[in-house]
Amino acid sequence: MNVEARIEPLKAKDFASDQEVRWCPGCGDYAIIKAMQKTLADIGAKRESTVFVSGIGCAARFPYYMSTYGFHTIHGRAAAISTGIKLANPDLDVWVASGDGDALSIGGNHLLHVLRRNVDLQFLLFNNEIYGLTKGQYSPTSRVGTRSPSTPLGSVESPVSACELALGAGARFVARSVDTQQKHLPGVFRRAREHRGASFVEILQNCIVYNDDVFAEFTAKDVAPDRQVHVAHGEPLVFGADRDKGLKVDPDTMSLEVVAIGEDGVTESDVMTHDETNPTLAGMLARMQPPEYPVALGVLYCNPARTYDHDVLTQVREARDRAPDANLNEYLRRGHTWTI
Amino acid sequence: MSTAASTAETVEPLEDREELESVVIRFAGDSGDGVQVTGGQLTQVTALAGNDLATFPDFPAEIRAPAGTTYGVSAFQINFGARRIRTAGDRPDVLVAFNPAALKVNIEDMPGGSLVIVDTGTFSDRNLRKAGYGANPLEDRSLDNYRVVEIDISKRTLDSVEPFGLTQKQALRCKNFWALGLIYWLYGRGRQTTIDWLNAKFGRIPAVAGANVAAMNAGHAYGETAELGLEVKGYVIPPADMPRGLYRTVTGADATAYGLVAGTRSAGLRLMFGSYPITPASALLHVLAGMKEFDVVTFQAEDEISAVCSAIGASYAGALGVTSSSGPGIALKTEAIGLAVSVELPLVIVNSQRSGPSTGMPTKTEQSDLYQAVYGRNADAPVPVIAASSPADAFDAAVEAVRIATKYMTPVFLLTDSYIVNAAEPWLIPDVDALPLREVEFRTDADGFHPFLRDEDTLARAWALPGTPGLEHRVGGLEKDYDTGNISYDPENHHRMTMVRKAKIDGIADDIPPQAVTLGSLDDTVAVVGWGSTHGPINRAVDDLQSEGLDVSHIHIRHLWPLPRNLGGLLRSYDHVLVPEMNTGQLRTVLRSEYLTPAVGLNNVSGLPFKIAEIKDAVRKLLEG
Repeated sequence: MNVEARIEPLKAKDFASDQEVRWCPGCGDYAIIKAMQKTLADIGAKRESTVFVSGIGCAARFPYYMSTYGFHTIHGRAAAISTGIKLANPDLDVWVASGDGDALSIGGNHLLHVLRRNVDLQFLLFNNEIYGLTKGQYSPTSRVGTRSPSTPLGSVESPVSACELALGAGARFVARSVDTQQKHLPGVFRRAREHRGASFVEILQNCIVYNDDVFAEFTAKDVAPDRQVHVAHGEPLVFGADRDKGLKVDPDTMSLEVVAIGEDGVTESDVMTHDETNPTLAGMLARMQPPEYPVALGVLYCNPARTYDHDVLTQVREARDRAPDANLNEYLRRGHTWTI
Repeated sequence: MSTAASTAETVEPLEDREELESVVIRFAGDSGDGVQVTGGQLTQVTALAGNDLATFPDFPAEIRAPAGTTYGVSAFQINFGARRIRTAGDRPDVLVAFNPAALKVNIEDMPGGSLVIVDTGTFSDRNLRKAGYGANPLEDRSLDNYRVVEIDISKRTLDSVEPFGLTQKQALRCKNFWALGLIYWLYGRGRQTTIDWLNAKFGRIPAVAGANVAAMNAGHAYGETAELGLEVKGYVIPPADMPRGLYRTVTGADATAYGLVAGTRSAGLRLMFGSYPITPASALLHVLAGMKEFDVVTFQAEDEISAVCSAIGASYAGALGVTSSSGPGIALKTEAIGLAVSVELPLVIVNSQRSGPSTGMPTKTEQSDLYQAVYGRNADAPVPVIAASSPADAFDAAVEAVRIATKYMTPVFLLTDSYIVNAAEPWLIPDVDALPLREVEFRTDADGFHPFLRDEDTLARAWALPGTPGLEHRVGGLEKDYDTGNISYDPENHHRMTMVRKAKIDGIADDIPPQAVTLGSLDDTVAVVGWGSTHGPINRAVDDLQSEGLDVSHIHIRHLWPLPRNLGGLLRSYDHVLVPEMNTGQLRTVLRSEYLTPAVGLNNVSGLPFKIAEIKDAVRKLLEG
């Protein structure tokens, strides 16, 4: 332990691998990996016990650029691979780096099940609402009307809402952030890491080549304060450049409404307080879209429950404890045997 | 409980019994008639009596198909004898038909003069119509070639269980044990083992246990009081001459599970089994899920892809990942198997083959996934392939699959089939402590490490686990640089990596036993070459033909990829090579491709195992030219 104590704490740059990063210049992924390296340094993560697992896509190159353990697997399957990793060694800290095609299209089934099982890992969805690595086709999160090489007249599909899907799947931790929010993102990563169980984090990520500024309507500096609400447990759901807007429940429609604080007798005390353990509120926050509503950022839902890997391995451990002298030779000789 | 001393107890006194060398019995009835349970009990009791045996459960894919229909008929066949038994038997000597549909479906397999026991209580007009009979076969003399024993088993069962106060439906469910009691009398088998089993199984509902015991006793008494007529008398089948030792019965699913556990333990690893339910492979998941005390982790995944991926993830983290399915499920796993080839991680893929293509006939056997195992991936992605040849042999095959996977850091295919999975046979229980310890050595030394550093002999890469300080590295499906393990698009490097992956798998041929002639000698004229579950019928056929003075050998191949180094030379020493397969000629194609050998095929794709007679006929025809 003394040896440990003398080791210099790792800095953010110590979590970068020696491989040249090959994302497009200006890609939001640069910001995400920077926030991740800072987070790991801040929390004192160990390189050897940290594993990044990915499928296919731009986001899936993430593990190559980290100095931790990494496994770049096949399209959509990172969640399934990670489940096996946790069942073999639950002490590993597993992060999945995935994109909207990888997680919600080809890998949608695995995402559903890793969340409902509550495998103890962090699932990062880099959502840029487009297919990057295959050169710009629309994705399952693209908005209706997205023009792309495969939809020259505009896409006609309804997009999936990632955080709502995660909540519907039974996720116990759902958060959202934006690639460029370098103050916000590490905090969300840290919360995801602290949560035991499957932590789902949607990162709104700008694809500068195929879908530039797709989030600008609420991330552009001039509109951001009025079109984003940063949620925090126990804090009122207040937003706006002058903190003059809030969210409250309209009892007639059972939905959130935006109210102006200081108008019509509305005060901050009328505004709803964020309770991250409330699944109904989480669903309403996840659903909000501009321009009618602000986009909710932060930890929308955190309500820990038993984890799959822990419970499965507890059954195995208890079976071993019940039969400490389990002997395969004896096992094979149980029941009806005969001698010739 | 060991019943090693019970052999004597299970054979009844000789009386005036005729001695037989072997007998084949088939039970057939509705899916809900308990035919498989009856067969299981007869198997157990026969094994305890010291006979050699082989069984063939044959059931519909539907769980409870409509009663009385031909497509809902479930059957169980057992061949047991005083000699070594190698198949479940070509044609039954005895058929127990619980209803007209069972008679209709099975009568064609019965040789003239064989014993046909029917439950006349079910031969109503309605049931006859459902079975497709225009007239009652018991009355139209169409069964004159058989020794038909007509018994109203239904009524006699109802009478015998009357004191237990069951409902009519519950009471009729006991009729399989009435029939079993009769068979026990016919072949001089003791009832105590089955009584004990019934009492244990229905311990919480004593009336049901008691009723089944009463039904069995009534069936037995029926035989004893010589009510059978037709000169049907009791038989005796003495114990078989088998290698000495302690035996139990085992199905292929059991033996595969035990072999995987034994092999993994000898490698010093945890077994992580990822699987998605599919007929007939699910049995393996069930057995392994009950072996947690041996540090076995089972994961019922959301689909076949997740199943194989979880296994790969487990291997990446230092367990042995194993996945299992049947042909259609294996197809879904294919991309992930390619990943395991590329990142060079150990993985065992068990394929319990079944009839195809597509859903095919899920409960029927076939060996038509050899191409899929040997060739069935995109790009150059060689994978070793091993086949089990019988239920008991699946243990050794599984141990070998684990050995190759961990020693060579590669996925390995282990092929069984529906027949092997479900059939049972006596198993000389091995001493698993005597298995050679092959503990895996994980890389811990950071000096000079990169993840694709290879062992000079095996060409296997270093296995370095996440959690090991100083060995942090990245692996993935992108091509790796030979000298650093980093991503590489270099043309020459890709060629080099492709060739080293191939050389690694080809080199396994030096680490497997040379191919032996299973039965016969190199001086023979014909080699009958098989793989998988055709072992039994081929072996018996060749044995019989040798007794007739024909120069025939049997060569059975366990290692299908890479093939044993001496196999080509071995085949060249015969004038004829005959390859019986339950497919259209997949091994034949492989042998022709590898050795330019003029092999001919004997191909039967019926969903049923080969009959011995089919193989004998084919050999004779070949020799007649």
